[in-house]
Amino acid sequence: MAVELDVFVGNTTIMDEEVYQLWLDGYTVNDAVKVRIEGGVMEECEASADVLLSDTMDQYRTFQMCERLLHSPAKLANQLLFQIPPHRQAVLIERYYAFDDVFVREVLGKKLSKGTKKDLDDISAKTGVTLKSCRRQFDNFKRVFKVVEELKGPLVENIRQHFLLSDKLARDYAAIVFFANNRFETGKRKLQYLTFQDFAFCAGQLINNWTVGAVDNMVEDMDVDLDKEFLQELKELKILITDKDLLDQHKSLVCTALRGKTKAFTEMEANFKNLSRGLVNIAAKLTNTKDVRDFFIDLVEKFIEPCRSDRWTAADMKLYLTHYTNSAHILDTFKHQVVWDRYMGVIKSCIFKMYHD
Amino acid sequence: MPGKLKAKIVAGRHLPVMDRASDLTDAFVEVDDEDLQDEPLQVTVLDHDTYSANDAIGKVYIDIDPLLCSEAASVISGWFPIYDTIHGIRGEINVLVKVELFNDLNRFRQSSCGVKFFCTTSIPRCYRAAMVHGFVEELVVNEDPEYQWIDRIRTPRASNEARQRLISLMSGELQRKIGLKVLEMGGNAVVGYLQCFDLEGESGLVVRAIGTACTLDKISSGSAPNTTTHIHPNTAPASNACNSPSKDGKEPVFGEDLLSSSGPPTPFRALPTSSSSPPPFSPSKPCSRQSSSSDTDLSLTPKTDTLSLPGSGSVGCGHGTAPRATTPPPPSSTRSDSALLRKSVSFTEDLLLAASVLCAECDKTEAGLSSVIRNGQWGKRREGSRAFEDPAQTADADSSRAEGTEFPFFTLTSFPPGFLVHVGGVVSARSVKLLDRIHNPDEPETRDAWWEEIRQEIKSHAKALGCHAVVGYSESTSICEEVCILSASGTAAILNPRYMREGCLDIGITDHRLCRLKKKAQGEVNATAISNLLPFMEYELHTQLMNKLKLRSMNALFGLHIQISVGENMLLGLASATGVYLTALPAPGSIQIAGKTPGDLSNEHHILTIQKRINDTIAKNKELYQINPPEVSEEVVGSPIPEPRQRSRLFRSHSESSDEVSELDLSHGKKDAFVLEIDDTDAVEDIHSLLTDAPTPAGFYSCNTEIMPGIYNWTSAVQMFTSVRVFRLSNVNLTNQGLNKIFTDLCENLLKSFYFKLRSMIPCCLCHLNFTVAVPEEELIQVAVTAVAMTFDKDQNQEKPPDKPITKGCSETEEQLQFPLELCADSSSANSQTSSKISGIAHLLTNTLGTVSLLTPAAKLCQNQLVMVRSAVSSLERSSPLPEGRSRSLRSNRSFGGSSVTVVKMTPLSFLPGTRIIKYLGIINMFFIRETTSLREEGGVSGFLHSFIAEVFAMVRAHVAALGGNAVVSYSMKECVFMENPNKNQAQCLINVSGDAVICVRETDQEPVPSNIGQTCTSGTDGAT
Repeated sequence: MAVELDVFVGNTTIMDEEVYQLWLDGYTVNDAVKVRIEGGVMEECEASADVLLSDTMDQYRTFQMCERLLHSPAKLANQLLFQIPPHRQAVLIERYYAFDDVFVREVLGKKLSKGTKKDLDDISAKTGVTLKSCRRQFDNFKRVFKVVEELKGPLVENIRQHFLLSDKLARDYAAIVFFANNRFETGKRKLQYLTFQDFAFCAGQLINNWTVGAVDNMVEDMDVDLDKEFLQELKELKILITDKDLLDQHKSLVCTALRGKTKAFTEMEANFKNLSRGLVNIAAKLTNTKDVRDFFIDLVEKFIEPCRSDRWTAADMKLYLTHYTNSAHILDTFKHQVVWDRYMGVIKSCIFKMYHD
Repeated sequence: MPGKLKAKIVAGRHLPVMDRASDLTDAFVEVDDEDLQDEPLQVTVLDHDTYSANDAIGKVYIDIDPLLCSEAASVISGWFPIYDTIHGIRGEINVLVKVELFNDLNRFRQSSCGVKFFCTTSIPRCYRAAMVHGFVEELVVNEDPEYQWIDRIRTPRASNEARQRLISLMSGELQRKIGLKVLEMGGNAVVGYLQCFDLEGESGLVVRAIGTACTLDKISSGSAPNTTTHIHPNTAPASNACNSPSKDGKEPVFGEDLLSSSGPPTPFRALPTSSSSPPPFSPSKPCSRQSSSSDTDLSLTPKTDTLSLPGSGSVGCGHGTAPRATTPPPPSSTRSDSALLRKSVSFTEDLLLAASVLCAECDKTEAGLSSVIRNGQWGKRREGSRAFEDPAQTADADSSRAEGTEFPFFTLTSFPPGFLVHVGGVVSARSVKLLDRIHNPDEPETRDAWWEEIRQEIKSHAKALGCHAVVGYSESTSICEEVCILSASGTAAILNPRYMREGCLDIGITDHRLCRLKKKAQGEVNATAISNLLPFMEYELHTQLMNKLKLRSMNALFGLHIQISVGENMLLGLASATGVYLTALPAPGSIQIAGKTPGDLSNEHHILTIQKRINDTIAKNKELYQINPPEVSEEVVGSPIPEPRQRSRLFRSHSESSDEVSELDLSHGKKDAFVLEIDDTDAVEDIHSLLTDAPTPAGFYSCNTEIMPGIYNWTSAVQMFTSVRVFRLSNVNLTNQGLNKIFTDLCENLLKSFYFKLRSMIPCCLCHLNFTVAVPEEELIQVAVTAVAMTFDKDQNQEKPPDKPITKGCSETEEQLQFPLELCADSSSANSQTSSKISGIAHLLTNTLGTVSLLTPAAKLCQNQLVMVRSAVSSLERSSPLPEGRSRSLRSNRSFGGSSVTVVKMTPLSFLPGTRIIKYLGIINMFFIRETTSLREEGGVSGFLHSFIAEVFAMVRAHVAALGGNAVVSYSMKECVFMENPNKNQAQCLINVSGDAVICVRETDQEPVPSNIGQTCTSGTDGAT
């Protein structure tokens, strides 16, 4: 005797969150049943393995049918096929768009193209995330990217409204979209120590300060591209390192302020010119797309690594950057205070975030 | 019918991409409706193509009948799924439809505008029945488009659509014809409307319907005494509308105003003399007929020695004709004169008898099956009542019967209190027909004659039971190739058109005719395999049920539902019922096990062990359900206490008894008439399985009736579901035993699945749990279930009113369980050569006074208890500070939590817990075909059917929402025909669903009523706590 057909359809769609997670995680039906059995659900309700299998299949089918709707979550609310209470709809969407940090770390900054998609099995093998789940996550990134790419207005808000995501998740997606759009390099070995959340934070900083939307009250243009004018203006900062007087003056101001306040003072004083050149050069080169991509690696190579080799503490770093930024204001001949602040504000926060083990 | 139809297509959304190049769709619509009443409005959505033929996207069928009813919806407006038979739902369009009718004044009108249809098998909530006219039926036949020559050349889509269209045309026509009949009878509504399709194949497509014609009055908010509208809807799901207005004397059927002419003291007055009369019935309450009728029910318990038996024998067929509707019958003083008072003692015997029919059944060998039943049962019956028989009364009954309608059948399952005087028992008839023998298949005559035959038989069965009417009547068919089994069943009953009148039951009639019929049938024709098997199967099903019942210490079955399905190589029978323990009936006897070889010591030891286990189980169950022996029931005045019982597995064993029939002295009733003989190993296994029945998970209850007695504090959470399973029997050479086991396991596993899936709803009860079985192909068994899970509040306070006499069996435990019994019997059958008639077997399964619902899935348990509860509440409620009816909160739960889609609840029951139905918007009757040629791609058969069922739900909900409704009650999936051809990667499925679209509002719970009910019934049957 064999069950040829087995369906259970509720007027209100029945969904088990645990099974949903297993489905999202790319478990096969049989594997999901195993996990559930180990989870002890059988004892809970005196069920047998057959019952679990039947239930899991039903739920998997339901999820598969819902998946189409989840691709445009706004549809979920006004579709007629499934009667799902609103709070449950929210859970479905949020979970569907949730991603694994280990996975996103692999594709962050990569072009969301077919080429990248072909590499997903390698990523799957590397991260331990099932290929099915990798695909779902990748497709989610791509879908969100495609939708918001052309939209005007604030990126996070756009994502939140179009995909009905929570604020936190919308911000993460904004970061992913932003990184993908600007193709920031995140995969180099030197950047491996950084987590997705580190990058997401930095992306937030960049979006909020360096894009057109950041200054223009977000009316006309998009949040996904850096403000070209601003990038041009950054070239002006070069004076800080090309003008010898200015450089010396800047150094002495900073050293005066730092003296006696940190153990790393000697190293700071010795490295000042190098570090300053590093930061200003990063700023000056940002008009090149290629250098934008290398922004994070440059930060690490030109600033974080030298400091780390000198064993600065995080507090040292904070102290140094604060004085470094502020001292520039006192320089008589330095006229680019606004651009400097806009630049250093982001650099400071990013470096603070990135300066860890 | 003249009228102006306005349809406006407002918007479209979620349309499929029809043009790959542009990712767009150039959608436009065509609207088509030729005949307002017969045909649904058909909106076709197409994709415009400049150079080629336009592509169809899909269609929307909108039944505009509700608009033709002045009272129902005035406009249909909302989003409708665009449905395509090949692709399923493809987007939605927003449609607005209005109808302006011109007055339909033509005297010879063909339309039946304004007749309301209800699937609900009780008087709809916001109406009261001014008159119940009786049975209406109609049948239309057409050629099945699937079998027309043109089907060879047209596309599957065209073929499906032709079929869908034809069936909706036919149901429209059917509805219109029935409507005309109703108008002729002077009615304005059809309640308990049951429409079915017979896909006969080559010989045609039959759409038939039965119903009960009524004249319904809408209860205006202020005027109706709110006796029952305030009742907790869970406890009084039915008939509250009709019992409330009883005071105005306008109810010739439910209560003719005969107060003045009734000579003998009314039971109402008589009752207080009875020491244990419960306070709710105290004389202080308004002297409405309703209340007295409730008292009447009370007085019929064995205890009463006052002569308060109500009910005249002259009922049944007498009412329901149109003339009577307009002219109330003459005062019945003569009748009441001739009416003989019948002491309740005799009635008690009837009760005992009822219970011991169970025994009677076991006391015969299979060969002597039906005659033994009859003789044992009815002989006894005669005996019991001999002393009280009154010739005059009999004559009276006969005469009144003569003037009755042709078929005194009622598709209703719930009635106002007092309407039913006596319930005789289950009557059923089956007939095997050959479809290829129909002379002119395109005409309905032959089928009409078949059903006529069956109905006549049912009528005669009812007569044989001394009853003149059949309630809870339903008809069904099972078709396999050219063999068709027609079945009809119902509960024979005696109805009471006059309250307050003592009467005598005409119980002298014997049932010999039944037996003769059967013999005749067998003698006349070469009995075919099917017709030969049928009675045995039915007998066996009953036997098994009885065994289970005994084992569970229950003594009555409600909601008995027997289904026989015919397949190519097997006959499948399934009987489900909800077992209860009624204190009014004697306790069931124990089960004796007898071995075949008495000399064998080891065997004897084995038998002893089993016997011990059986006894233990019975004892355990008794304890579990807190069943007290009937001796104590003498203290009980009032409610027979239903006690749920556990579901049991198939128990197949021959019950043979050496007891002679005469020993079944029913007046003693306590004989242990059950002797199970263990004559083979299978039986032993069966007993083992019986004893080791898997218990239901804690927190779950289930019943196949509307509600479960003992649970009154439903919360509003409901989850209706449809589940379908198809099993392939791999081993062709299975024995009957093996088949039985497999089939039982299937049902069992299905139940387990439900419990598991619905575990988050605990504590909850699965209601209306009825299995529909079919044998779609050789070696395939299809089981379909549509049921509802309802949660209840476990922490209901259980205080009892101090003045309430404690009834026995009232304190129920949490372990209280109740499950449908399922049994099956299968056997191979050859194709029958002839059409042979099987006489039905009338079994008396329950016999309780005033028990209003029996036999149908929608049956409610223990109505007479509810009746009393209701009366009790009516008095309590008068003092309740709450305003009546309408003035209460009308908060609608239509928009729910900000969702843009109206939440539409669905339930197979006639009510939704925690809500009150304030308006019926019309009947939903939809037929869909879905076909696929890419079965694997759609997830195989399960994926295909899963999405189809979901789509059907969606379309039902959309229609209800467009009518302005927020719920469907009495929902049922009448048909689910699934065919597959995996080799061709194809499948096709036909689904027919129906129900009543309603608007319901949340019941405010500030009132004390629910708890009062809880109390009243608590003392009776409060199982939930």
